[in-house]
Amino acid sequence: MSRLAAFGRFWWDFVIGDDWLVAVLVATAIGATALLAAADVAAWWLLPVAVPLVLWLSLRRAIRSA
Amino acid sequence: MSTGDTFLVLSAFLASGVEFVEALTIVLAAGLARGWRSSLAGLGAATVVLAVTVVVLGPALTVIPLQALRLVVGALLLVFGLQWLRKAILRASGYKALHDEDAIFTRELADARGAAHVERAGVDWYGFTLSFKGVLLEGLEVVFIVLTFGSAQGSIPLAALGAAAALVLVAGVGIAVRAPLARVPENSMKFAVGVMLTTFGIFWSAEGAGADWPGSDAALLGVLGFVVLFSFFFVRLLRRERRSVVRPVEVEA
Repeated sequence: MSRLAAFGRFWWDFVIGDDWLVAVLVATAIGATALLAAADVAAWWLLPVAVPLVLWLSLRRAIRSA
Repeated sequence: MSTGDTFLVLSAFLASGVEFVEALTIVLAAGLARGWRSSLAGLGAATVVLAVTVVVLGPALTVIPLQALRLVVGALLLVFGLQWLRKAILRASGYKALHDEDAIFTRELADARGAAHVERAGVDWYGFTLSFKGVLLEGLEVVFIVLTFGSAQGSIPLAALGAAAALVLVAGVGIAVRAPLARVPENSMKFAVGVMLTTFGIFWSAEGAGADWPGSDAALLGVLGFVVLFSFFFVRLLRRERRSVVRPVEVEA
């Protein structure tokens, strides 16, 4: 069990890293892009708007917790 | 070679180069402190595991439909890339210590010299596992980047070419100088890799979600420029903020 937990922790650290909120917000932004695209609305602009906001939020969190 | 292909080779080269420099530091520390036999055995064993991973996963990824692959790979790269970019911006703005290959090498060397000697299968076990784990962990990032970039862009061999070029360069220089490559501008390279990963992540995840980029593949250049722009803007903003926070403390002292 501890090996399985270590394996899971490794992949979590590898992909998600220090800030899980980034993964949640990125997934939400991609989901919103898919919804817009499915409704035949131009959706390419959404991620370029969302990503700097997510990054800035994550930077503030990192600085606050330092 | 298209814009996407050029970026693919360049990104794989830069990202792999950074990881190979870090792996070289560990292999050198293990070799100098515990003997080259155990260090090179660890390097060889990790290389075999990584090669098997590529051989097994590479063809499997090419079977997945391109749009679904770009969605998953784009999302993964975006989360992964934002991790790199966040650390790089924190380093560039002074909120996080710069990555120092010399300091890491000295620490690894001291740890390796202090560990007890246990021999298994004819090699020093500490030297073997230190080298094996180091190369495997750094190498996994290379494999991840080569497979995700290559499969989403439709050419794993081109991504592998970029990584192989980085390997030849780092290994060649490493053998020649037999010291950690502290002069490699690693912090700047990590910044560039964070920018590249985020750029590809935005581009592919939007495409995978069904969005159409104006100008098709050429939009990649626009996304790259935009990511560079806001990254430098954040560095500038945080540097100014840090200076304004540090100054009153200095005045008080």
